[in-house]
Amino acid sequence: MAELTKDGEAVDPTPSAALDAPVGRGEPILQVRNLVKHFPLTQGILFKKQIGAVKAVDGISFDLYQGETLGIVGESGCGKSTVAKLLMMLETATSGEVFYKGQDITKLSGKALKAVRRNIQMVFQDPYTSLDPRMTVGDIIGEPFEIHPEVAPKGDRRKKVQELLDVVGLNPEYIHRYPHQFSGGQRQRIGIARGLALNPEIIICDEPVSALDVSVQAQVINLMEKLQDEFNLSYIFIAHDLSIVRHISDRVGVMYLGKMAEIGTDVQIYDHPTHPYTQALLSAVPVPDPAAREGRERIILTGDVPSPANPPSGCRFRTRCWKAEEKCSIEVPLLAVPAPFVGKDTPAAHESACHFAEEKDVVHVH
Amino acid sequence: MTIIDKTADVPAPRGAGDHEGPLLEVRDLHVEFHTREGVAQAVNGVNYTVSAGETLAVLGESGSGKSVTAQAIMGILDMPPGRIPKGEVLFRGRDLLTMSPEERRKIRGSKIAMIFQDALSSLNPVLTVGYQLGEMFRVHQGLSKKEAKVKAIELMDRVKIPAAAARVNDYPHQFSGGMRQRIMIAMALALEPDLIIADEPTTALDVTVQAQVMDLLAELQREYNMGLILITHDLGVVADVADKIAVMYAGRIVETAPVHELYQRPAHPYTRGLLDSIPRLDQKGQELYAIKGLPPNLLKIPSGCAFNPRCPKAQDVCRTDVPVLHPVTEQDGGELPGRGSACHFWKETIHG
Ligand SMILES: Nc1ncnc2c1ncn2[C@@H]1O[C@H](COP(=O)(O)OP(=O)(O)OP(=O)(O)O)[C@@H](O)[C@H]1O
Ligand SMILES: Nc1ncnc2c1ncn2[C@@H]1O[C@H](COP(=O)(O)OP(=O)(O)O)[C@@H](O)[C@H]1O
Ligand code: SF4
Ligand code: SF4
Ligand SMILES: [Mg+2]
Ligand SMILES: [Mg+2]
Repeated sequence: MAELTKDGEAVDPTPSAALDAPVGRGEPILQVRNLVKHFPLTQGILFKKQIGAVKAVDGISFDLYQGETLGIVGESGCGKSTVAKLLMMLETATSGEVFYKGQDITKLSGKALKAVRRNIQMVFQDPYTSLDPRMTVGDIIGEPFEIHPEVAPKGDRRKKVQELLDVVGLNPEYIHRYPHQFSGGQRQRIGIARGLALNPEIIICDEPVSALDVSVQAQVINLMEKLQDEFNLSYIFIAHDLSIVRHISDRVGVMYLGKMAEIGTDVQIYDHPTHPYTQALLSAVPVPDPAAREGRERIILTGDVPSPANPPSGCRFRTRCWKAEEKCSIEVPLLAVPAPFVGKDTPAAHESACHFAEEKDVVHVH
Repeated sequence: MTIIDKTADVPAPRGAGDHEGPLLEVRDLHVEFHTREGVAQAVNGVNYTVSAGETLAVLGESGSGKSVTAQAIMGILDMPPGRIPKGEVLFRGRDLLTMSPEERRKIRGSKIAMIFQDALSSLNPVLTVGYQLGEMFRVHQGLSKKEAKVKAIELMDRVKIPAAAARVNDYPHQFSGGMRQRIMIAMALALEPDLIIADEPTTALDVTVQAQVMDLLAELQREYNMGLILITHDLGVVADVADKIAVMYAGRIVETAPVHELYQRPAHPYTRGLLDSIPRLDQKGQELYAIKGLPPNLLKIPSGCAFNPRCPKAQDVCRTDVPVLHPVTEQDGGELPGRGSACHFWKETIHG
């Protein structure tokens, strides 16, 4: 199989220097700063009056480095997909910045925006509905070339699409087939091939394997890891399955009600979580191996996630937090390395938005 | 407001209760669907038993026939296109499949109840939750509207819906997903059935809510000493609550075992593959093991062992002979109660 460069020509598949560079070093490729998305809540039919806002994303900051995978986890409705759409510029941010190689892309339009879009692609959750059933696989994967013809001149497209099919492990002869002729896992591969078409640097994956069966999930995850190494891709990997996120991610961010609760390396988050929400979330994960399960502490949260239209004051987690004190209802905890761990050489020293952050290992047997 | 507890050891298998024999016994059940493309063989000889107080988890990937088996037991299969060419479903020793529709309906309402995956679509959106819960008592026990409402509130309390009395007149969409699933559980419990079949009861829920709902289900099951069939595609979900597991593939049970043993020593290559393809929460792994290929098309199930095109251990015999569910034993022939594997090479798989 041919190795593709950024310009799409086949080259000798020797690993580039960048591949060997340690992940998480150098300049971030993406810097997200205080990103906010409020969806207005309106009343009235003729004269729409705004009566409030769904605070889907409410001040989120993080970095993404070249070649790394940043996992984003959190419960349904916490704002993960909205973050993805903001980064893809499918939604307009209410406020905040997204710097791509130092340039704020939320302020771009026209040609400049189009140029950036090419480098940030997306793979969606649902392999059954995200592909147009009336288009052939060749048309679906080649569609991005219509918008960016500079990537593949007309005459080369068919070859390019077949190459992409090959890259994602599908038979290049399937180019004329329709989506319904493929299984869920194969459709997800088609979605990935399409995401790769423009040789992007960043791929945002929103629940890319959630709709797949366990055995097929593993095939797609392995493929994504292989492609990342091959093309030095950066992934933002959104999922609710915490085991899969650990497997694929270098760093992980935990979201709760539109805010980032905690962020760190996979070891920091899974083995040394300091935020009560992360601890509860991890402890609730059903673990199949009885040996790893027994003696494990389980924190069963009561109640549901509050409405993002009316989040609790202070710390948003306080209505479900067993450690909440008065301070939590008054002061919003900032995402920073908690005071007790500042300057300490411990995996607990990572950013966590809790007034009373403490380390608590909930995934290992004691 | 939050309960922190050390997970106790998984309870020892609970006693069979005071009935003789199992509560439910499915024998050699076959279900096929006649479609335009041909005959889809969805269930191909399923056998399992559940006793009072016992939890059986049925595990399998989508399309393996878990729900169709449950629908056949409940008598809610679409017929046609569905057909049951063969098999028995014995409830306390009596075959549900040959009963009069009248008798069957009685059992379905009061003795066997089912919880579905998608609570929102199984509740009527235009009726209050209290009315729908109360209906069970009005129809089956002839209670008055007022009495039924009292019972409904009691039930909502039972499944830990906060402020039940205040919410009894709310509509389904006013509840969160987890709450709606609790209401479904309440509905299933209403007539104190002997057996509950829960089809993917937590698949649509978040992990923290999933944990709440599974805990509730396990607690109620213990309390009422019910038999419980828990259908799922997620090994983790059932690990804490099931006594035994039946793994399905292409409409057949390919392995049965007590929960612990299934994980420790799978005796079927498919089970082993599934276990190996799940990433771990407590450590970072290497490349995931992936079972190659895809689940079979039920219109043309491979001959011999249905798993053979995907199986790393397949031999010639696997392509010709259908493996029966062999009893699985220790290497020295010692008995392993409750264990079975439908693999010609089960010995090599578990002991090799
Ligand atoms: N177009 C919209 N208009 C109004 N509210 C919206 C819109 N899109 C999303 N929301 C709300 O914003 C919040 C965050 O939604 P989002 O889809 O980002 O959640 P998520 O974390 O991706 O959840 P899931 O895990 O269920 O996919 C939710 O409360 C959602 O209802
Ligand atoms: N009403 C129906 N008509 C035709 N085929 C059906 C029908 N219901 C289920 N099937 C088929 O039976 C097989 C098993 O389905 P099911 O029991 O729902 O699987 P699962 O194990 O995911 O619950 C699938 O191939 C499904 O498409
Ligand atoms: S700030 Fe308070 S309420 Fe929020 S997580 Fe920390 S202890 Fe809990
Ligand atoms: S019978 Fe053969 S093909 Fe089937 S699981 Fe066993 S070894 Fe594999
Ligand atoms: Mg989403
Ligand atoms: Mg099903």
